[in-house]
Amino acid sequence: MTAQRTLATARRVLRQLGHDPRTIALMLGVPLVLLTLLYWAFHATPQTFDHIGPALLGVFPLIVMFLVTSIATLRERTSGTLERLLSMPLRKAELILGYALAFGLLAIVQAALATGLAVGLLHLSLAGPTWLLLLVAVLDALLGTALGLFVSAFAASEFQAVQFMPAVIFPQLLLCGLFVPRGAMPTALSYVSDALPMSYVVDAMTHVSLDASANADLLRDLAVIAGSALLVLALGSATLRRRTP
Amino acid sequence: MNSAPPAVRAAGLTVTRGARTVLQGLDFTVPRGQVTGLLGPSGCGKSTLLRALVGAQAKVAGRLDVLGHPAGHPVLRSRVGYVTQAPSVYTDLTVSQNLDYFATVLAPGAARADRRSTVRRVLAEVDLTAHADHLVSRLSGGQRSRASLAVALLGTPELLVLDEPTVGLDPVLRRELWHLFHRLAADHGTTLLVSSHVMDEAERCERLLLMRDGRLLADDTPDALRASTRTATVEDAFLHLVDQAADHQEATR
Repeated sequence: MTAQRTLATARRVLRQLGHDPRTIALMLGVPLVLLTLLYWAFHATPQTFDHIGPALLGVFPLIVMFLVTSIATLRERTSGTLERLLSMPLRKAELILGYALAFGLLAIVQAALATGLAVGLLHLSLAGPTWLLLLVAVLDALLGTALGLFVSAFAASEFQAVQFMPAVIFPQLLLCGLFVPRGAMPTALSYVSDALPMSYVVDAMTHVSLDASANADLLRDLAVIAGSALLVLALGSATLRRRTP
Repeated sequence: MNSAPPAVRAAGLTVTRGARTVLQGLDFTVPRGQVTGLLGPSGCGKSTLLRALVGAQAKVAGRLDVLGHPAGHPVLRSRVGYVTQAPSVYTDLTVSQNLDYFATVLAPGAARADRRSTVRRVLAEVDLTAHADHLVSRLSGGQRSRASLAVALLGTPELLVLDEPTVGLDPVLRRELWHLFHRLAADHGTTLLVSSHVMDEAERCERLLLMRDGRLLADDTPDALRASTRTATVEDAFLHLVDQAADHQEATR
């Protein structure tokens, strides 16, 4: 395995996005607009914004990276470039890490902008350190990248790929504790919620906003997010086949 | 003759896709350092055969050795160049950005200056120097296929597997590419296996594999093929062999 191939892949993915400034503007700009709208909508009850805001700082990178990765890898599969790359001396891990690196970097920029806006202009109260919030956001982005890579194997077209977004992301969004506290759900649903990675994203973000210290609960949440990302990446890597029918 | 194994040796090569047997027990060899043409109508199994050679095809039975190793062996990945029928380059990158990326994948340790000169060489070989900084999505179909071909030339592979590389190209450019193929064989000893469904391209090959419905009709030189079938062109020889096979089938029924 060589770092050069991973770095070259990351640079290639970023260059592809570089030729598409509108996508970059949407990826970075839309979360800012949504946060501002949310702040405005809850203007009368700022404590609600303090509750939802941090959770969304974790959910945005996950959703955006999920969408971008699922389409990008689907295009790689259908355009023949994946078949070409896999007929070359490129390891699957080099390809996947290249994608993760490129989207991880974008996630840092996105999270930095969103956090800057939320804390600086929208007066979001944040007890924990900002770097911790950025760390959680990057892990969330990697989880989104992993999920996107995985589902792209089951989509035959871009139409199908975008439909995986409501199928994979919305249930997690409904059960992550954002709408109904996880403790107040019917028992069966709370078990489902425990099994979905986005629940830990929201827990981790809420923790960082309320508590200045990094305690065992937060570490467990981070470990679950990173572990799920690695597990899904491994599953996704198994869907990259050198030999296809 | 040297003792190196042939570029390709197939024995009883069979490929199934779903319930269909696409290749039915093929036996052939491809000699080194020559241009071998794989000719046959659309849908006869040419692409499947080439995909099996580069290790991209699942459900391959029988024996298939490439440069002395089983097809798809990891050591072959840097020694075999492959151009798919549809251009497989990134349409949202420029031609030289594509080449730069694939060159790094092929030779990650190479110095940047070496990589640049390799990219310049292949751009000149496929006559795309003037379009180096254009996005692939802005190129014409023929220019895209040449960009895809350029990627396969990057690593100076020992075996080049080209799936219909000249389809839809302007005749002048087609002639240029065939000159390039012969130059690669003569100067570098590269083995080329080039598929086409256009029979007049057969005359440009040193050896021919004629295919129809997943079976080989002939494995010979163009001259020997015309002589043995007493025909004037490879196309007529092909038709003669198809009729002969049909008669044979009638007789044994």
